[in-house]
Amino acid sequence: MDCDLVIVGGGGAGLRAALAATLADPGLDIVLVSKVVPMRSHTVAAEGGAAAVLRDDDSFAQHFDDTVSGGEWLCDQRAVEAFVAACPQELIQLERWGCPWSRQDDGRVQTRFFGGMRVQRTWFAADRTGFHMLHTLFQTSLRHPSIRRHDEFFCTDLLVDEHGLAGVLGVDIARGTPVLYRARAAVLATGGAGRVYAHNTNAGIVTGEGMALAAVHGVALRDLEFVQWHPTALPGSGILITEGCRGEGGLLLNAEGRRYLQDYDLGPPDPWPRPRAMELGPRDRLSQAFWHEDRARRTVTTPQGSAVLLDLRHLGAERLAERLPMISEVARRFLGIDPVTTPIPVRPAVHYTMGGVATGLDGATALPGLFAAGECASTGIHGANRLGSNSLAELLVFGRAAGEAAAAWSRNAPSAAGGSLLREAQARAGQAYALLAEGHQAGRPRVAELRTAMHAAMEDGVGIFRDAEGMQRACQALAELRARYRAGVALDDRSRSFNTEWLAAIELGHALQVAETIAHAALARRESRGAHRRRDAWSARDDANFLVHSLAYCDPQAAPRIEHVPVTLTRSAPGERSYGGAGARVALD
Amino acid sequence: MTDPETILIEVLRWHPDTPEAPWWQSYEVPYRADATLLEALQTIKDDLDGTLTFRWSCRMAICGSCGCMVNGRPELSCHLLLRDLAPGPVRLEPLAHFPVIRDLVIDQQDFLDKLPAVGAYLVPAEETEAAAAAPAAPSRQTPAQMADYYQYAQCINCLLCYSACPQYGLKPDFLGPAALALMARHDADSRDHGQAGRRAARDADTGVWDCTLVGHCTEVCPQGVDPARAINRNKTASARDYVFDLLLPGRRR
Ligand SMILES: Cc1cc2nc3c(=O)[nH]c(=O)nc-3n(C[C@H](O)[C@H](O)[C@H](O)COP(=O)(O)OP(=O)(O)OC[C@H]3O[C@@H](n4cnc5c(N)ncnc54)[C@H](O)[C@@H]3O)c2cc1C
Ligand code: SF4
Ligand code: FES
Repeated sequence: MDCDLVIVGGGGAGLRAALAATLADPGLDIVLVSKVVPMRSHTVAAEGGAAAVLRDDDSFAQHFDDTVSGGEWLCDQRAVEAFVAACPQELIQLERWGCPWSRQDDGRVQTRFFGGMRVQRTWFAADRTGFHMLHTLFQTSLRHPSIRRHDEFFCTDLLVDEHGLAGVLGVDIARGTPVLYRARAAVLATGGAGRVYAHNTNAGIVTGEGMALAAVHGVALRDLEFVQWHPTALPGSGILITEGCRGEGGLLLNAEGRRYLQDYDLGPPDPWPRPRAMELGPRDRLSQAFWHEDRARRTVTTPQGSAVLLDLRHLGAERLAERLPMISEVARRFLGIDPVTTPIPVRPAVHYTMGGVATGLDGATALPGLFAAGECASTGIHGANRLGSNSLAELLVFGRAAGEAAAAWSRNAPSAAGGSLLREAQARAGQAYALLAEGHQAGRPRVAELRTAMHAAMEDGVGIFRDAEGMQRACQALAELRARYRAGVALDDRSRSFNTEWLAAIELGHALQVAETIAHAALARRESRGAHRRRDAWSARDDANFLVHSLAYCDPQAAPRIEHVPVTLTRSAPGERSYGGAGARVALD
Repeated sequence: MTDPETILIEVLRWHPDTPEAPWWQSYEVPYRADATLLEALQTIKDDLDGTLTFRWSCRMAICGSCGCMVNGRPELSCHLLLRDLAPGPVRLEPLAHFPVIRDLVIDQQDFLDKLPAVGAYLVPAEETEAAAAAPAAPSRQTPAQMADYYQYAQCINCLLCYSACPQYGLKPDFLGPAALALMARHDADSRDHGQAGRRAARDADTGVWDCTLVGHCTEVCPQGVDPARAINRNKTASARDYVFDLLLPGRRR
């Protein structure tokens, strides 16, 4: 089928891109392809909030400084400048479209504290911010029939010719038939890759295809070694307990009842609450502190592993019901615990990929016509550690930028490619169908077996703390897994209609590519910074040699090649990253 | 009582590519009190039978993917603990009243088509193009104004209410509980200017008047949306508009 612009992904970034493209150019024929109906996308699970300067005591300079120091100076500062300046306008736009932001008594938008942010900068819609943002964007998209939705279509590959992007290949999930979208512009908005780890906060669909799709066609993946562990997820399931809990004044206690963060350069504990200290420190530091407490056996034991305690009791029933209703329900339902009377056991879980497909500020990648936005992309704003609530804002700011740039590109693009493209499409689609046709052959591993082995390799070698030996072990294991995958997987299901086992096998191939890239990028960074923390000879930050982004170039058969390029600095020289210290108690209203 | 080792899960299966009629299949799954029903289905898929087909994603009751009939009642499989289903057996069927695509996967297109039909989106005030492109400040809305619609804005589109609604079962073109709740959600928002556009759908014979006030929708809703109340509210509004239209001819639409 022919169209002007294909958007792959119906989460926050994809929907914002589609809206921006159609508002910029209402005549454009846009197809929005998503493997789930858009409002089921992972953005729906985001709880805590979205950052934008709103209050009088805040400024763009402060949002910039918090973001850049939070990312330990690996942030691309030009991108951060553009980002912080665009956030307020985007959140206001969402308000215009109906997002029910939580309000103050006089009707103004309410904001809350988030980790690493010095001002109450995070807009929220109770603890269902992503849900409300996603439904608002989805509902608004219903007003624009020029956005044609292909719900439950799965993208398997891109098509490229001498002019650049020429199309996107997919599968109609219900029928199992191949689809070719011929277009000169595409936006990847496929989300992160948290599911390459065993313990993660992500939805089942967050398997990293977008990154792998671009990488297969020579586009670099940037800064993939930076994987964020969220310090407060439920043991076992990984279900997230939002940072908003600590933004509302929640405490973290070890098995001895001590606010242990004071022992990790985040104290003193009082006065509380106060920004950028203790429980409101950044996620990398909190997850690393857990790791030490666990080694020192100061954690509590649960049936699903060790944990520390998130204490919300002092907030009281009324505030919990108003500000954190979903968290309260999750604790009651899944743990049988009432947070009004009992602390919630929590531990770190993989949450977010700071890196992704390398793009400019307009979402453009090195492949002409291919754009990327949202968690699958790397504009460079998060550096070595993302601050909570910057991501939801990013979806809007850079989703819009990519949508507008892709719309402009498609207007002036070369005409659609000809017959040779069709042959190329058939050949490439054939690979996915071969997986299906050959799935009955004896001796092949099940999808779940390879997936479990990938999880084990990542948890073992590329965890919260890393060393050369472990990372090498992971690289080796992942290379072997990819080789086994290429030799074929076993499928019970070789029918076409809604074959989710087959789709999981395709996802696994992409996930293995992303996992191997994370491991190699991590091994190549011989320093410690943000979420990349080593316990071998490279346990310190090294600005002289490693104030650089990593760029990974992937190979379908071999290990990725890693290069390093300098970070763009504009007005903040690398400095000491300090949290905690003295400070005044702030009133939470 | 000691925990059982396993729990029996029976699934009503159907595959469009085979001529066979729907059939029941049983799976014996390891039992863990704190495992969810969704986790049990995943165990089947991963280890026992890769052909069993169901939707899921968030596994935290917010994406609305995983609805199915559990022992005859519409539920989210990620929201039910095996503890509450022991000792079993647990009988699973696709959500009632929808065409089935395969096994527990139903066709949700009818609902997706109803969303634009009821105007399930906010219509902002007319703005100059410049102001619309770069809005300067958020509009104000007090917590009391929010309370007017907030409950209806919690709908995750999981469709459990449609499976519980006898009227939808008899008459599939009835707009149904969630769509009408979303209509009410937008009508009741102080920022909305789209009420007039929604009236036709509301007052049509597939709209609010089709509801026979059984109220099962509200009982099964996992998010406390209370579609029955939303529909009732719209009936009141519909009746009021009707009376006004009689008194003030020419006002209508
Ligand atoms: C539990 C949780 C809570 C969070 N809370 C916050 C928060 O409070 N604040 C904050 O700023 N950030 C938060 N984040 C991070 C933030 O939610 C995500 O980074 C963001 O939602 C990602 O949005 P996205 O649009 O990039 O991707 P997603 O919302 O993940 O959407 C990806 C889309 O791509 C589609 N897709 C993927 N692969 C394919 C394919 N092969 N073919 C077709 N379609 C495909 C999917 O169907 C989906 O529509 C949270 C994350 C998690 C896990
Ligand atoms: S009203 Fe309730 S039951 Fe119906 S779709 Fe919405 S959330 Fe689900
Ligand atoms: S998996 Fe998302 S609602 Fe159950």
